[in-house]
Amino acid sequence: MIGKESAAGRTVRILFLSLWLAVTVFPLYWITVTSFKSPGTIFSFPISYWPTHFSLENYTGLFREAKFGVYLTNSLIIATAAGTVATAISMLSAYVLARFEFRSKGAVLMAALVTQMIPSFIALGPLYMMMTELNLVDSRFGLTLVYIAVCIPFCTVMLRGFFENIPDALEEAAMIDGCSRLGALFRVLLPVMRPGIVAAFIFNFVNCWNELFLSVTLMNGDARKTVPTALNGFISSFNIDWGSMSAAAVLTIAPTMILFAFASRHIVQGLTSGAVKG
Amino acid sequence: MKEPVAFPSARPEGEPGGTPTPTTCSTDAAVGARPDVGPDAGTGLRAGAGGRGSTAASTSAPTAPRPRRPVFTGRQGLTVAAFMAPAALFVAVFIYYPMIAGSQMAFRNWNLNDLTDTSWVGLKNFREIFTDPVFGTVLSNTGIWVVGSIVPQFVIGFAIALWLRRRFRFRGLYQALIFFPWAISGFLIGILFRWMFNSEFGVVNDLLEKAGLINEPIPWLADPKTAMVAVLIANIWYGVTFFAIMILAALQSIPDEIYEAAEIDGAGKVRTLFQITIPSIRGTLSLTVLLRVIWIFNFPDLIFAMTGGGPSNETHIVTTWMITVTQQGDYGRASAIGLIVVAMLLVFSVFHLTATREKSATGGRPTTGGKRATGRNPRTRKTKGTVS
Repeated sequence: MIGKESAAGRTVRILFLSLWLAVTVFPLYWITVTSFKSPGTIFSFPISYWPTHFSLENYTGLFREAKFGVYLTNSLIIATAAGTVATAISMLSAYVLARFEFRSKGAVLMAALVTQMIPSFIALGPLYMMMTELNLVDSRFGLTLVYIAVCIPFCTVMLRGFFENIPDALEEAAMIDGCSRLGALFRVLLPVMRPGIVAAFIFNFVNCWNELFLSVTLMNGDARKTVPTALNGFISSFNIDWGSMSAAAVLTIAPTMILFAFASRHIVQGLTSGAVKG
Repeated sequence: MKEPVAFPSARPEGEPGGTPTPTTCSTDAAVGARPDVGPDAGTGLRAGAGGRGSTAASTSAPTAPRPRRPVFTGRQGLTVAAFMAPAALFVAVFIYYPMIAGSQMAFRNWNLNDLTDTSWVGLKNFREIFTDPVFGTVLSNTGIWVVGSIVPQFVIGFAIALWLRRRFRFRGLYQALIFFPWAISGFLIGILFRWMFNSEFGVVNDLLEKAGLINEPIPWLADPKTAMVAVLIANIWYGVTFFAIMILAALQSIPDEIYEAAEIDGAGKVRTLFQITIPSIRGTLSLTVLLRVIWIFNFPDLIFAMTGGGPSNETHIVTTWMITVTQQGDYGRASAIGLIVVAMLLVFSVFHLTATREKSATGGRPTTGGKRATGRNPRTRKTKGTVS
């Protein structure tokens, strides 16, 4: 499709792509290797590129000394709840944006984009005050509500792209066969869109799982911390314990990488479909 | 990922995040590619939305996969309102309300350390920022941060995309692997690289010493001269994937026939690249760059985790500076910085859109006419049949 490739061109291509693969994977490899070294060998010379003996000390320490199990549970609950509700709500708004014409549509899309352009720190102070008054500080429910709102704008735009890829004819047929509009949405459209919905959920989940500044602001109590908040506590201390730090980083990254691996094809499609059409 | 939900997680999300709304289409592409959609009600509205000249409008200009007539009739207004209500409620309460409340703090004396006097002070906060000696450093750092990240990300991403067009075994696996950084938050990337750039036990120094490039360890993050280099390397590593993926998708939309024709006409590799490939995907390229600039500008997470803005403010960009000021409790001044960021991004967006528009106007693309017509005439949207 793009002409024949010379032997030299092929070599350059393979070299470059291999080099970039190595560059991409190395930091992930390195944090993993560090996490399996015993605390003594992390800070010793020469630096070893392979742990001479695997040690789980860093991991056990995380659960023994820091309440890492609690943080993981908090993150899991909040990200799952917020991801699910945000996906459901965005599905409704994405559906009307894809299938209906109405005058304020441009304004709605603009409102979604503006949320991405303004630095979040402007909102943190008032948000904290509002949540204090609502008695939702240090509450998993409160943070979940905020995360739902954070996920909605982008998730809506993403899902709208998936809706638009499905021909209207599908619903028309269902409606002619006696389905109501809602029936057509739930029985015909949503099953077809399942991969896109799963991708949107995973995207939301990972964003909530990774979110730092809001949870630092709204979750003060040790029992309410999410994983990124705990990590922030680790790097704020004067002497960073890189052993536990790397173990914690691996435990944070691993679930998101597994989820992304499952959904990467659909996420890529969701992100690029709008940008390259036409 | 990652990224792209930038508010208020300040991420990309982008990453993929942050971000930006990668589900986008440039106005010219949306309208120009479908010259046959004139009478369609939907397209009129879409063109209008895309033509208002702001980033928001253009980046969100929707893409109908085909001309569409309104399928649904009847009580549409009610349905639309009912379906939009939950989303609107959440976003209004938890995003727009705090954002607006926060913006007005910029014009007030609002300091957590002393809340007895929160009176209106006009532009005092802005004056203080502009006269702060740190502000100059922060501005030039922000420039270096944005340009120094975007240019290498773009070049490397473009190269990867070009080379990934050719099918090879394990291409899917390869793409999945280089996609991985996207699942990680900017904050964690900062932690990863902070450890690798550690001056004593960091692997970067060790590798450079093994390669014989340096004789003694470099205190990367402690030295004002090298700290910015280190955070840039981390950010380039993080962002290449986004460009690679967006550009690859755009490249795959170019029909093969064009390349065949070019080959028959005897065009060489370089010429094909500059006269066919790049012009064909100019819309995507320009939009991707715009979104990334906005996103990287608004992306303090990585620097926050790696250096916290230090040493001696040498890695402070506008948004990390805002974090520091917030942490000091001076919400008024922090909000003022935030509004300055918004103003800078708006100016940049308008400038960027105007510049790329002129370029494509002289580039002889047949789509130009349609795009400009809609671009200059936002009223078109009102003339089409729409339901409120």
